[in-house]
Amino acid sequence: MAALRQIAFYGKGGIGKSTTSQNTLASMAYYFDKNIMIVGCDPKADSTRLILHEKAQNTILQLAAEMGTVEDLELEDALKPGAGIFAPENPHGWIQCTESGGPEPGVGCAGRGVITAINFLEEEGAYEAEGLDFVSYDVLGDVVCGGFAMPIREGKAQEIYIVMSGEMMAMYAANNISKGILKYANTGGVRLAGLICNARMTDFEYDLAKALATDLGTHMIHFVPRNNIVQRAEIRRMTVVEYSPKADQAIEYKELARKIIANDFKIIPTPLEMDDLEDLIMKFGLDLEADEDNIGKAEAEA
Amino acid sequence: MGPESLEARQKAAIEEVLKAYPEKAAKNRAKHLGVGGPEDESQKTCGNVRSNKKTVPGVMSQRGCAYAGSKGVVWGPVKDMVHISHGPVGCGQYSRAGRRNYYIGTTGVDTFVTMNFTSDFQEKDIVFGGDKKLDKCLHEIDELFPLNNGITVQSECPIGLIGDDINATSKMYAKKTGHVIVPVNCEGFRGVSQSLGHHIANDTVRDYVFDGKVDTLGEEIAVTDYDVAIIGDYNIGGDAWSSRILLEEMGLRVVAQWSGDATLKEMVATTKVKLNLLHCYRSMNYISRHMEKEYGIPWVEYNFFGPSQTVKSLRKIAAFFDESIQAKCEEVIAKYQPMVDAVTEKFRPRLEGKQVMLFVGGLRPRHVIGAYEDLGMEVIGTGYEFAHDDDYKRTKDEIFRSTVIYDDVNEYELEAFVKKLQPDLVASGIKEKYVFQKMGLPYRQMHSWDYSGPYHGYDGFAIFAADMDLAINSPVWAHTKAPWDKVGEA
Repeated sequence: MAALRQIAFYGKGGIGKSTTSQNTLASMAYYFDKNIMIVGCDPKADSTRLILHEKAQNTILQLAAEMGTVEDLELEDALKPGAGIFAPENPHGWIQCTESGGPEPGVGCAGRGVITAINFLEEEGAYEAEGLDFVSYDVLGDVVCGGFAMPIREGKAQEIYIVMSGEMMAMYAANNISKGILKYANTGGVRLAGLICNARMTDFEYDLAKALATDLGTHMIHFVPRNNIVQRAEIRRMTVVEYSPKADQAIEYKELARKIIANDFKIIPTPLEMDDLEDLIMKFGLDLEADEDNIGKAEAEA
Repeated sequence: MGPESLEARQKAAIEEVLKAYPEKAAKNRAKHLGVGGPEDESQKTCGNVRSNKKTVPGVMSQRGCAYAGSKGVVWGPVKDMVHISHGPVGCGQYSRAGRRNYYIGTTGVDTFVTMNFTSDFQEKDIVFGGDKKLDKCLHEIDELFPLNNGITVQSECPIGLIGDDINATSKMYAKKTGHVIVPVNCEGFRGVSQSLGHHIANDTVRDYVFDGKVDTLGEEIAVTDYDVAIIGDYNIGGDAWSSRILLEEMGLRVVAQWSGDATLKEMVATTKVKLNLLHCYRSMNYISRHMEKEYGIPWVEYNFFGPSQTVKSLRKIAAFFDESIQAKCEEVIAKYQPMVDAVTEKFRPRLEGKQVMLFVGGLRPRHVIGAYEDLGMEVIGTGYEFAHDDDYKRTKDEIFRSTVIYDDVNEYELEAFVKKLQPDLVASGIKEKYVFQKMGLPYRQMHSWDYSGPYHGYDGFAIFAADMDLAINSPVWAHTKAPWDKVGEA
């Protein structure tokens, strides 16, 4: 059995991290027979719904709160086997799902929740499951505090995939996450393994994403085109792979899955200074908009 | 010991102490150490020391935190209120009943000072927030202890870290029940010492106690021309009691004690007094200034340690009132003079010339000097844990001779100073006590009077004198020797 690989998906909020990660992981299980555990690290607990065909699973922290303490919780209460083609009894790879969960917006400490949940999984031996090939963390938004950096600390995820797009804010976020990775890279061994461009079909998107990847010292591992079949599958709480395995989009995710499995290009990122990031955007023909003289001017004025 | 002067020895000691530090730390600490001279007008603060700055990382400081300043000092002694240590259990439990704030009442029924109330945060409270738990605590307290007159919520560090809104929870509950709920944002990480906690607590008194915010059930506060309040006396070992009898004997009506043996209502009534008597300036000058500004109540600092300072203070207080009070003040002084003489006659010969080094908190580093000097003892070093410049300015007037001044002294420095200056008595806190006793040095714990007291007023002086005699002249010292006595004995 190959060594367990721990990977994590980071990216700006709303970029499609959970959708991309679930579709990709589904492809890894379905097409390449990989056994996977998904650890959702987001209080919204939406990292596993497409695999489970459920609205949202009971989270570790929610169950722990009901029982009193996390010590009272058993692993089987918090770890759910995937539904449909991802169930353990099916011929392809299986997927196990767990969600850390967390407080309602505006109270408590979600970061501490992520730490508590991951510690729980470790202590309960979730990482030692027979045949487990991949653990995947799906982490909310940005690395805002220590808790959300938990998945990239020593002994956790070694490969980080940043989901981004050609939009400026997504690129800022990707750069910022790289800073977080850099911080832990030397002590914990975490590496940036690539950017996944979840296309928004903005101007020069492919070139921008590729250029940012180059500047960060990594590669754009895949450019996932936009396709409404993803949304159609989501409405049925399914991944594209399961909904329509022959669809073009399923083949895209299959390709991304193949690349991730084969990927051994893992680097310590070289995050950009803010000015360099702005320059990068100017370089790609957006210079008209980004020209010094035009800053702060409305479209009609320029 | 050579013929060199005390001042020269003190300066040499400072120089030597600083040698042990790396350059940066030495530069920092040098500003907090100095030699103060009595009435030395050239000095900006006593010994020109700097104060109220962040402790140097790595040293063993004796300081506390903002929570300690609010819960432990200012609010904790208010006896008819319940004070919740809001957060994990340790802060409340390890600070419980440590300051010996005496009070009258039936504990657990109408008074609660020595009990520990905590919301006992668990991991899930950190993650999901503790607002609901706090609300439940408030309900439970009112159900189990219906005679409480109010509740304060003392924030521990995690509350600030996770951003729990204790103010909103308290406000909602207070609105629903009409009870007094005081949220205090005194997270331990705020500020450089407990001093900020005093200030924060004072501000909450201003915001939640005064101006009709406490329902006095329609009772009019009775007012006389001789109403005073004792501010900044925490009744450690009964200090406030041995103070108030003197004030009452001279015809004043002590309306409130802040906050030793205090009730919420007497705090409310304080806004009607004629004069506020401020003992611990550091911890309660804020509320005194507020009452001066808002209600026009003057305040006067006083010192009831030792007969010289007590007499001076009694006269200073009496001067605010009419001649009848002033006459009675003189009667009080005359009445206790034979007692003072008896105490002095008995103990002074046993203590004469003995040298003392102090290191304490709020007011004692300067206030107790007079009491030692009344017994013929010489204070040669003193310092504060958490003082500000104004405390050191005041210290100038209280010292009698060249005195080494050490602000926020750490364990290494105090030990080194004691070894260099070889006092006969060290008087400081519990953390230092055994270090010095094991060095074979007499020691008195001056935070809670070493389970003794009171030390305030005339009665207190008698106990103080006996305690110091007990420490210094105990036969036990014949069986041990200070390290410097063993080697190269002159």
